[in-house]
Amino acid sequence: MTRTAEIELTDEQADGLSGGRGLGVQRAMQIIVALGRASGAHRLIPVTRAHVDGVLYHGQASQDFVEWLTSADAHVAIPTTLNVASLDLLHPWLFRGDEAAATAGRRLVDGYLQLGCLPTMTCAPYQDRDRPGLGEDIAWAESNAIVFVNSVLGARTARYGDFSDIAAAIAGCVPYAGLHRPEVRLAGLVVELDPDAAASMTDDSALGALGLVVGELAAGRVPAIVGLPADTTEDGLKALGAAAASSGSVAMFHAVGITPEAPDLETAAGRAGELARVRVDAAMLARAVAGLATAPDGSIDAVALGTPHFSVSEFGRLRAFLGEITGPVQVEFSVSTSRAVLAEITSLGWLEGIEAAGVTVVTDTCTYVSRILRHPGGITMTNSAKWAFYAPANMDARVVYGSLRDCVESARAGTVVRTRA
Amino acid sequence: MTVVATTLVPGCAAGPVLALAQPLSLWGGVDPESGLIVEPRHPDHGRCVAGHILAMPASRGSSSSSSVLAELLRRGVGPLGIVLGEPDEILVVGAVVARELYGVDCPVMLLGRDDYPIVAAWRAATIDLDGTITRDAVRPAIS
Repeated sequence: MTRTAEIELTDEQADGLSGGRGLGVQRAMQIIVALGRASGAHRLIPVTRAHVDGVLYHGQASQDFVEWLTSADAHVAIPTTLNVASLDLLHPWLFRGDEAAATAGRRLVDGYLQLGCLPTMTCAPYQDRDRPGLGEDIAWAESNAIVFVNSVLGARTARYGDFSDIAAAIAGCVPYAGLHRPEVRLAGLVVELDPDAAASMTDDSALGALGLVVGELAAGRVPAIVGLPADTTEDGLKALGAAAASSGSVAMFHAVGITPEAPDLETAAGRAGELARVRVDAAMLARAVAGLATAPDGSIDAVALGTPHFSVSEFGRLRAFLGEITGPVQVEFSVSTSRAVLAEITSLGWLEGIEAAGVTVVTDTCTYVSRILRHPGGITMTNSAKWAFYAPANMDARVVYGSLRDCVESARAGTVVRTRA
Repeated sequence: MTVVATTLVPGCAAGPVLALAQPLSLWGGVDPESGLIVEPRHPDHGRCVAGHILAMPASRGSSSSSSVLAELLRRGVGPLGIVLGEPDEILVVGAVVARELYGVDCPVMLLGRDDYPIVAAWRAATIDLDGTITRDAVRPAIS
């Protein structure tokens, strides 16, 4: 055992840090140890998988960093999936940005592939059949993936981000800190849904709104939500978590009676004693929705779905709604998803009909981080609270928020349609 | 006046304090080319992190903020240093990588519940290698 500051390293970890396992491992270990000091960890633990967000181009620093690793002959030590890229690699013609940006985005992906990462290119790696299990320690980045995998699958990841994600993949270890620790996973706040709020949860946009509210209330605590319908789907929990991560950095929540570490409130909270309780009513959800809109209900230029990436079951619902309308949609309509889900809906025979209705399926990226929409500054309707939260700053988009059904109805009408009061 | 902080990333910095009224995600919240706060709903929208000691009460938002911090520092429009009210590993990693790649110092300091509001109220401050943060009344704030 070796001590570096307050972190105790195994002989293998110490050897990695001192360069005995090559420059690549040494550089990765430098980042992991800095992270460990910042998180107050006393030791490092092995992880079985990693998910890397650093593959989205944020400027020259993104490329400089991956080259710092490739030039050191670094290679991932564990199965490592990749988050979204800056462009759709399968359908590059959809990219409306300049050639330099496309080239930079591609080069960055190539760098991560050189490190041994898998070209999954999705922000929803938990939609893969092979996904982490209960109690498995992993190193995931991407805020929506982190909150989903901790909450819904019960695997354990702290909040990794660009640089620390690939460092963990190369080093194969992470600080024992944050949500890797069972006691940190216990609920610190109870969010109780009023009956009127609970009743609205059949609408996907209400789950996103609830996520925004939960994020604002959480203030660093793990919330336990009481009153969600028992049949809330993974798609709904995905929307809730992505919104809570956007508005309040929530990395884990419990849905009592639904998520694996919360069969009941007592289990979710441990023996922590009396917890703070907050009630959420329909008016709070309505305020969250109103706060999200940056354009009034009226004519729209586009509909953007699939943030986080659309699942097969969401395509199924979209297909059903599209089947109810006649003729193609009247506005630009894009759905972001993974190449794996695209392959699945293609083999199911769904893709042709969806495209014939006027829908563009975008893979490998997302319409709020890649220049894909014809009028990025126009008015876009979405059922994603996360898209609505970030797109105004990312690309000067003006947003309207509504359910999947309302997005489809509105796309047909060319103007916002609300099917429920 | 001086307070003692926990050093998350060591370094020195001196300059005007920009204390954010609310947590801010650098990704999606700050333009990496200019350092301007672009999140329209943020109360400090339109202000610039460049050349300031950035005081943030709590962390928020995307795991891409490490890259944005490194890119801001690469371009010379990043904060001089960061003072946090809660630990934020994502910013720590961004600052560590910027030092490795570009040799830019951006100390990241953590203050306790009592000390954070004290430093956040200062117009200017100096961060030292020994982990102290000192009020600097002489240095005028740059708007």
